Amino acid sequence: MKTDDLVAMLASEADEVRPGTAQRRFGLAMMVGLPLSALLMMATLGLNPDLAEVTRQGMFWVKLGLPLALAGISLYAILRIARPGVRAPAAPWMIVAALMSIWLLALVVLVQAAPAERPGLLFGETWVACPLSILFLSLPMFAAAIWALRGLAPTSPPLAGATAGLLAGGTGAFVYALHCPEMAAPFIGSWYVLGMALPAAIGALIGRLVLRW
Amino acid sequence: MRGMNGIGSKAAEGESRLHALMVASLGGDAGAYHALLDALSGHLRAFFRRRLAALPDELEDLVQETLLAVHNQRHTYEPEQPLTAWVHGIARYKLIDLYRRRATREALTDVLDEEMEVFASQDHEAMDAKRDVGRLLEQLPDRHRLPIQYVKLDGLSVAEAAQKSGMSESAVKVGVHRGLKALAALIKGEP
Repeated sequence: MKTDDLVAMLASEADEVRPGTAQRRFGLAMMVGLPLSALLMMATLGLNPDLAEVTRQGMFWVKLGLPLALAGISLYAILRIARPGVRAPAAPWMIVAALMSIWLLALVVLVQAAPAERPGLLFGETWVACPLSILFLSLPMFAAAIWALRGLAPTSPPLAGATAGLLAGGTGAFVYALHCPEMAAPFIGSWYVLGMALPAAIGALIGRLVLRW
Repeated sequence: MRGMNGIGSKAAEGESRLHALMVASLGGDAGAYHALLDALSGHLRAFFRRRLAALPDELEDLVQETLLAVHNQRHTYEPEQPLTAWVHGIARYKLIDLYRRRATREALTDVLDEEMEVFASQDHEAMDAKRDVGRLLEQLPDRHRLPIQYVKLDGLSVAEAAQKSGMSESAVKVGVHRGLKALAALIKGEP
């Protein structure tokens, strides 16, 4: 087929297109992914029984805030990099700032604590379950975000996959924080961060395979 | 440095003209869309020719593949975005994809940044495509192939195509839409 014929063929297919496709797809993905993740947490792990009481502690809000910030940054970035020719140059720096904040807080807590207390602040009681549970709870949002991306056109599939994974990890960690009894900044700075990094790494690998167009 | 300003102003002129065509085509203006795709095929051909010195046979195939991608991804364009950046993003992605498939390392760095260049020059001398999109079309299942054949190539109306193929009108429309996506996937899968 000649290129001119292809052009004529495509040109007659000029359907009207509503702007905001990326926003609509990710809006839908969030509306499905977040409640499913919450449902999964309630069904398998359960809410923290002391939830009402811990909301009065500042650390609880830090524990919710870190995943929320990372999910927010990922959402901002993914709405951009899902479209050709749009970059999100500020996003890596925002992620670094969020991580530096929690690590700085963790460092201050560790330095101020008595040496015998330090392992407890870092490992708590649940350091093995934490990253794995976050990975588990990130699955609904992970699937939803990959679905959303498959209808868009990311020009770097691994980067888009990793960003989708971080969005899912942030969502999963946010939901997990409503179950998790841990309250120490060193714990959050290690195991929450690891739990969110796992789906991001998996997303980079999967993105390479399923996000090409 | 000769001609740098020339490239800049030509590219800016192309941007404003083609942006207007793109916005009109997203509103459903088929004439504007035809003019846009016509201009884009010239720009893309010139853009790729300079970067495919080692693979001249691939040029027209890549132009066609990129045009099909432009069509299939037009819902990812937002009017506030420069059209140059969007088209360059797609062209660069398809070019790198081709390099990867061919495992050549032809001046990858050259592709990376010169966004403004996409609309700076045109080349309307189409060579023959090596890959025949028409032949690929024959590999599609009937529910995709017939609507494209009747509506797009034979120029029948949707109603006539529906009657001739025994499909419903909406099935014909969906068939054209899905068929073009399937065609892009076929092209990608070709070695």
